[in-house]
Amino acid sequence: MEYFQIVLIDPILDMIGFPIFFAEVVIGGLMTGIMYSLVALGFVLIFKASGVFNFAQGVLALFAALTLVGLMTGTIPVTQAQVPMLALPVWIAIIGTIVVMIGLAYLIEFVVLRPLVNQDPIIMFMSTIGLAFVLEGVGDIIWGSEVKALDVGIPSGMFEWQGIQFQQFDIVAAVIAALLVAVLALFFQYTRVGRALRAVADDHQAALSVGIPLKTIWVIVWSVAGIVALVAGVMWGSKSGVQFSLSLIALKALPVLILGGFTSVPGAIVGGLIIGVGEKVAEVYWGPLVNGAIENWFAYIVALIFLLFRPQGLFGEKIIERV
Amino acid sequence: MIYRETGQFKTSYSADQAIWPIFQDRWFIGAIVVVFFVVVPFVASEYWYQSILIPTLVYCLAALGLNILLGYCGQLSLGTGGFMAVGAYACYKLTTSFPEMNLLVVFLLSGGITAAVGLIFGVPSLRIKGFYLAVATLAAQFFLVWLFNKVPWFVNYSPSGSIAMPPRELFGVLVTGPMASPLARYMFALIVVVVLAMIAKNLVRGPLGRSWMAIRDQDIAAEIIGIRPLTTKLSAFCVSSFYVGVAGAMMFALWLGSAETEAFDINVSFLVLFMVIIGGLGSILGSFLGAIFIANVPILLKTIMVDGMGMLAVTAKHVEIIVFGGLIIFFLIVEPLGLARLWQIAKEKLRLWPFPH
Amino acid sequence: MSENGRVSGEVLLKIDNISLSFGAVKAITNVSFDILKGEVRAIIGPNGAGKTSMLNVINGFYHPQEGTITFKNNVRSQMKPHNAAAQGISRTFQNVALFRGMTTLDNIMTGRNLKIKSNFLASLLYYGWTQREENRHRDFVEHIIGFLEIEAIRKVPVGRLPYGLQKRVELGRALAAEPELLLLDEPMAGMNLEEKQDMCRFVLDVNDEFGTTIALIEHDMGVVMDISDRVVVLDHGEKIADGTPDEVRANQNVIDAYLGVSQD
Repeated sequence: MEYFQIVLIDPILDMIGFPIFFAEVVIGGLMTGIMYSLVALGFVLIFKASGVFNFAQGVLALFAALTLVGLMTGTIPVTQAQVPMLALPVWIAIIGTIVVMIGLAYLIEFVVLRPLVNQDPIIMFMSTIGLAFVLEGVGDIIWGSEVKALDVGIPSGMFEWQGIQFQQFDIVAAVIAALLVAVLALFFQYTRVGRALRAVADDHQAALSVGIPLKTIWVIVWSVAGIVALVAGVMWGSKSGVQFSLSLIALKALPVLILGGFTSVPGAIVGGLIIGVGEKVAEVYWGPLVNGAIENWFAYIVALIFLLFRPQGLFGEKIIERV
Repeated sequence: MIYRETGQFKTSYSADQAIWPIFQDRWFIGAIVVVFFVVVPFVASEYWYQSILIPTLVYCLAALGLNILLGYCGQLSLGTGGFMAVGAYACYKLTTSFPEMNLLVVFLLSGGITAAVGLIFGVPSLRIKGFYLAVATLAAQFFLVWLFNKVPWFVNYSPSGSIAMPPRELFGVLVTGPMASPLARYMFALIVVVVLAMIAKNLVRGPLGRSWMAIRDQDIAAEIIGIRPLTTKLSAFCVSSFYVGVAGAMMFALWLGSAETEAFDINVSFLVLFMVIIGGLGSILGSFLGAIFIANVPILLKTIMVDGMGMLAVTAKHVEIIVFGGLIIFFLIVEPLGLARLWQIAKEKLRLWPFPH
Repeated sequence: MSENGRVSGEVLLKIDNISLSFGAVKAITNVSFDILKGEVRAIIGPNGAGKTSMLNVINGFYHPQEGTITFKNNVRSQMKPHNAAAQGISRTFQNVALFRGMTTLDNIMTGRNLKIKSNFLASLLYYGWTQREENRHRDFVEHIIGFLEIEAIRKVPVGRLPYGLQKRVELGRALAAEPELLLLDEPMAGMNLEEKQDMCRFVLDVNDEFGTTIALIEHDMGVVMDISDRVVVLDHGEKIADGTPDEVRANQNVIDAYLGVSQD
């Protein structure tokens, strides 16, 4: 009985009793959620367009952020010597990184995707695991594996509204994420390329047979995903430094996608927000009861439970089997 | 010329279905058995036992477990590390709570407990198609590691948070604990792995194995034929978890001697996955080849790059990651059936040798 | 033309007012027909008529929104495919659904799975009880292999077989379960004349020797007219004709929808 009270009643009382704090926890969760959403977006893009679950998305974000830092500090690859003369201003460095990511997309399409056209999804997924490892190792060798600071000029002060503290950084992140989602949604619905992407996701061979240039489509998709990864990498990197743990975000994206549905852009956002808030609230209010670190597994267990009741996610499509 | 099958006719179904129907194969296997059971104990040093032989045996068993699930039944698990942890901690709790229990029984029960845990995570997720089991096992990986970290009962309330295997004897020989000889640990591990491998082979060539492969290849048609998808997938998952659990218990009791949850984190899951992919999906031999290869690449790289070329250990680690990732992609493109298939192709060429075709 | 001596007149499968839709798409609308024990029943119609969906309903893979199915005088509730299989319904598929990772022999042995009694603990050891069961069923499967004349390819992985042989192996797999009702989905599709003649011979032999009731979807009218006892014609999910091959061939609706008139 007492246990019941501690687990179920007390935390709720806490939330109600200190609403400002609760609001801040929720807002903090929402902000983390937006970060998750940014990464999940990249997954949705590639999945929507090629049916491949790109495990390397998190590493792409890391790689993009590493490249950006490297360009901004004038680091020479492999030797990691910093040459201040070569340091590029922020906007040029960003464009440079985008070029690198597009080049990477070409490389990935040529080396990994083309040879594996029409293979089982599970094989494609495992190849992206291999890709993730390769990119991580290459990134480490080229740019070095210590934690790096990233500053692209996003304001970092505090900001108050109705007694609740907000971080300016988080507001900027939210705005950027919203913009990105709007652009992507329009892109998929209303452009020819977007339609072609959806066709490719449905059936590679059929798309080929109506003349859709598979290779070009894939390069486009992976480039866009690379840019999304760059945005995600910049956001995360600015907040907590550019380091290896960024690539682990890929794993967190899985529960986000399960909640939101693998093929839905709004789903990635909603899913990310739910997971972000859920994690934070669980950690703050229930964490102390079990010695902490609930965040490590909370998202996955939520996804697991969700799978039982709605496997296609909140916004995903139900699949009809044919025999 | 050496490898001709001429004259080897089978006159019964049993003979036709034997594991090694060609008698040259039997000689070869016999030779391998002799090497590992008889020759090695005379020539191996402690370093070899501790860093190469015993770890490889542990990974062979874990890879075997994952291959049953992924290679034979087509279901992906990313939680191998977490399930090995279950086996290890189960082994620890059992042997400390029941010191008189026979070590073999402890290992078997550890495997059984891991299978039961697998059941819990498997039932909700195997009802749904796609790689949802991957998500469930990922959840299991993080949750189980967290559980063993946070709940002090699992470590018998030890302040250090780590578990240590107490000395235990088997048939009068000390096989665990700091005083156990590496040879004893090696022989015990070897026997366990060989026996479990034979059992796996038996399962795989019977009706259960066929139903696993049917689900893997055409799950809808298999169901229409009468194979029950949920029970079949669950059976694969439980058997696989059993093997992985025993591997975890072995890793703790026979290889490391003491362990913390870091030894079972997500990297282990990926490592074993790589062994299965590179070794060969759906092949018992492949599990062994993959494990031998992957378990020893880091040692090889370290010897060449750090000791030989004087590079930093951390660079060697980075190269290791690139090599693993690159090999995965290479094998998936070139030979998805892995080293086992390459071995098969080599044997086929050997049958024709010295003729070209 | 096949003889009616084997057909006892007893109804094996009865389809009553079945309707099946996927969201807004109506695949089958109010279709009723029956299949007599021992007969060869053809289901024909243009593409998209709902023929394969009908088979899927009989297999228990799709669940109709309306209507009942009566099999062996028992009204069937919504059942799962493996229950339908256990009741004695076997199937081949339009796009050959063989288990590519296995050999011919293993594929057909898998078809036998329902009949093999297996004990988990015994199969760990294999030698002894499990092996005897395996050999017993291997014997039966070898009869099927002999019957279908595919001895030479027993150990070949099915992925490597030519299309015509794959279809034959699939027939073998379906036969291994000793079905009472065998559903064949375009068994002659993609075959040349010789292969079709062989397949027809096999189908008729199965019907004759084993007494298996056969329902087959087929587009080759020559085959349909030659080997079937009765024909059901579907178009756009509805039944437009039902009767002997001659009756159906002369039916104006069928000619308009599907058969067409020869232009000589």
